[in-house]
Amino acid sequence: MQTTFTRLMLAHAAQRPHAAALREKEFGIWQTLSWSGLATLVRELACGLHEAGLKRGEHLVVIGENRPRLYACMLAAQSLGAVPVPLYQDAAAPEFVFPITNAEVAFAIVEDQEQVDKMLELRSLLPPQCPQLKNIWFDDPRGLRNYSEPGLAPLDALIAAGRAFDAANPQVFDAEVQQTQPDDVAAMFFTSGTTGNAKGVVHTHRTLLDRAQAGARFDKLTHDEEVLAYLPPAWVGQNIFSYAQWLVCGYVVNCPESASTVGIDLNDIGPTYYFAPPRIFEGLLTTVMIRMEDAGAIKKWLFHHFMAVAKRVGPRLMDGKTVGALDRLNYAIGKLAIYGPLRNTLGLSRVRVAYTAGEAIGPDLFTFYRSIGINLKQLYGSTETAVFVCLQPDHQARADTVGVPIEGVEIKLTEGGEILVKSPGLLKEYYRNPAATAEVLTAEGWYHTGDAGFLDADGHLKIIDRAKDVGRLQGGAFDAAMFAPKYIENKLKFFPYIKEAVAIGDRRATVCAFINIDFEAAGNWAERRNLPYAGYAELAQKSEVYELIRECVQQVNADLAHDEKLAGSQISRFLILHKELDADDGELTRTRKVRRGFIAERYQVLVDALYEGKTHQYIETQVKFEDGRTGMVAADLKIVDAQIFPAVKRAA
Amino acid sequence: MATRKVGEVILEVKNISLAFGGVKALTDISFDVKEHEIRAIIGPNGAGKSSMLNCINGVYQPQQGSISFRGQTFKHMNSRQVAEMGLARTFQNLALFKGMSVLDNIMTGRNLKTKANIFQQAFRLPFGWGAAEREESAQRLVVERIIDFLEIQPYRKTAVGKMPYGLQKRVDLGRALAMEPQVLLLDEPMAGMNVEEKQDMSRFILDVNDEFGTTIVLIEHDMGVVMDISDRVVVLDYGKKIGDGSPNEVRSNPDVISAYLGTSH
Repeated sequence: MQTTFTRLMLAHAAQRPHAAALREKEFGIWQTLSWSGLATLVRELACGLHEAGLKRGEHLVVIGENRPRLYACMLAAQSLGAVPVPLYQDAAAPEFVFPITNAEVAFAIVEDQEQVDKMLELRSLLPPQCPQLKNIWFDDPRGLRNYSEPGLAPLDALIAAGRAFDAANPQVFDAEVQQTQPDDVAAMFFTSGTTGNAKGVVHTHRTLLDRAQAGARFDKLTHDEEVLAYLPPAWVGQNIFSYAQWLVCGYVVNCPESASTVGIDLNDIGPTYYFAPPRIFEGLLTTVMIRMEDAGAIKKWLFHHFMAVAKRVGPRLMDGKTVGALDRLNYAIGKLAIYGPLRNTLGLSRVRVAYTAGEAIGPDLFTFYRSIGINLKQLYGSTETAVFVCLQPDHQARADTVGVPIEGVEIKLTEGGEILVKSPGLLKEYYRNPAATAEVLTAEGWYHTGDAGFLDADGHLKIIDRAKDVGRLQGGAFDAAMFAPKYIENKLKFFPYIKEAVAIGDRRATVCAFINIDFEAAGNWAERRNLPYAGYAELAQKSEVYELIRECVQQVNADLAHDEKLAGSQISRFLILHKELDADDGELTRTRKVRRGFIAERYQVLVDALYEGKTHQYIETQVKFEDGRTGMVAADLKIVDAQIFPAVKRAA
Repeated sequence: MATRKVGEVILEVKNISLAFGGVKALTDISFDVKEHEIRAIIGPNGAGKSSMLNCINGVYQPQQGSISFRGQTFKHMNSRQVAEMGLARTFQNLALFKGMSVLDNIMTGRNLKTKANIFQQAFRLPFGWGAAEREESAQRLVVERIIDFLEIQPYRKTAVGKMPYGLQKRVDLGRALAMEPQVLLLDEPMAGMNVEEKQDMSRFILDVNDEFGTTIVLIEHDMGVVMDISDRVVVLDYGKKIGDGSPNEVRSNPDVISAYLGTSH
């Protein structure tokens, strides 16, 4: 694509000057910024930054929520051939040290007092950590009236300076825009590394815009879409959905009033193109369910009756399959009585295309949204691939795959099952980190995703696990069969009663699992059955709870038996842990990912007991309390068997 | 904060005495409030703090003494006149309209600023043509700025009675701010709040003082909060003034210590 971000913006301003580009709710009213208004703002900001000394190839840090003026700042930097670096607005000041020193950032544009305080904290650190950070501009002046730090100024001052400069040197902006080429660096995103420092992922105008365009063509996006920008701008997904695709398609991006009003703003806007990670969809569903619990008997009956109809008919309708006349009629009544109003309450009545990604989504959750007529689909991609690698076509959305490779993408698998991707959207490099770049990017242009998976019979990509966690069974009936712990754990975790799970099976004949019950859900379940319990440990060891979990495990087993490759991974024995896996004890990472190696070591006796066929095992564990003290918990854990199903071939 | 300048005396209370029958609520109280400062009135239960505020506010009429505001001296104040002069207050036990939305509650604070007559108010025209309609949008903007300032946007249309107590207190402050007061009288703005809500409220009080230059007279129980945010403190005990000065001076005043730690009277 022979264009740049700024040129796209200028083209919209020339073709549709009065159409809305951005909206922001301020003082209770949606304020619109037109494309021509945006073009003027960007021009003035760019001239201001130019005069302040921002040069081609240098970096500009942008920190804040989604705000029209911050978007304009990113465009202004790109106009000058400089590189905007959006950073997470909720990070603490020390987390900014690495990105800012790594990219030798001298200029920062931030949202408000909170962010200004962090920037000033960085400058005041001893020894000086970010001495080169000389200019800081802020969008919202509230609380900053009496700050008199060198280099700190309101964004309005930058705009005014830019306006004056532009009047005196009207050719500068156009010349700079002309000079910026599609293969110049357009933006840098820092990815959260699980080990060591974050890495700066460098993308060019071409990589980001090519993928944005490919995604837009795939879903036939037009300039009529409405998007609500509510996820952090530092995250590449947000950047693609509400920045790159916004400029490619020319649709309207709406910025919420504040982080706490997103639900209300969603309702106001009624987006047509929507993205959310699974936890947001889960949260929405939970709110609905809790409110339904409190509803009157008639409403409750209506809801459950028509949701059953939706579950049976909805997905088939969405997939474009044939549906009987009676079912169609039933669904139409349900739409009138329940689905329509429900979608409206959720703020999703106008959604044409909705995506979820980031982690596995439970099949029930996924089906719920599709059954009430929301076109929810999954996608696969990462920061390094400028998001779009695989997308689900409209009529082929499934809970367990992530879609088909879209235009421009080639996929191949290594011997070990790792997915390699070649696409025009791959990163240029990791910033100043050739070693890391060489590790993921081969000379032939293949990118190592680190994910293990395969393309199924319909050509849909199925992600199994992180490649480094995938092992093999050894001995027994399924010798050398693939063992993907996270795949099994996710299946377990889709049950509300199971909070965490750890599957064990690498280089073993069978698979066993540790289960963590969800205290709230299982506790609630126990209370409804008048089962008394004093605390987590006691509840976990109730034989009724074991029965409940056994049913969940057996359902997972039955499901796994349908998959030839994974039939050997059925869970033969399991136990319920007496304590919750906790990041404070080092069992989980801070982002709640299971640390297998550590758990295997810490609970060695339990692993041995599982494989030695014992029916119970005594264990003492040291735990760390939130105030830093430590204590011991001891329990005698039951170990039980679960039914294994013979492998069956899925009917075609 | 450092550059905020405290100005001349704006409000002065001279030799106020107030009695209800034989009960002497206030005896010979004098103190002053300077422009742009945060002035606290503290004291144990029944010390006469709220009575003092009610005298300034015109709810009570003291038997003796006088009150001067911006050079004008009054024997006693009158509630409406006080409001017109630019004094607003909040209440210890919230006097909000529970069934009305946050927006409407704060709108009531704009009552004195509306000029449209009863007929214009009663007979509305479409498309914002009438005087009352134009006025309402202007007033709404002021109210929206306050909502933004107090960060209660998610509750704009929520009935006040359904909201948590800490937020109701914020709405109460919002309604007082809607009067665009020069002096804001706060009656125990932090009573019954948890630590986090107190921190938020302290922040808002400081912000109001800083952003709008509003003079603040505040009654408070929580000594920590008072010492942190006020410029000068008056201490009352059994209707008498026993201390007056900066937080540090007051803290080391032996009379104050004995009043708070308890001695026999």
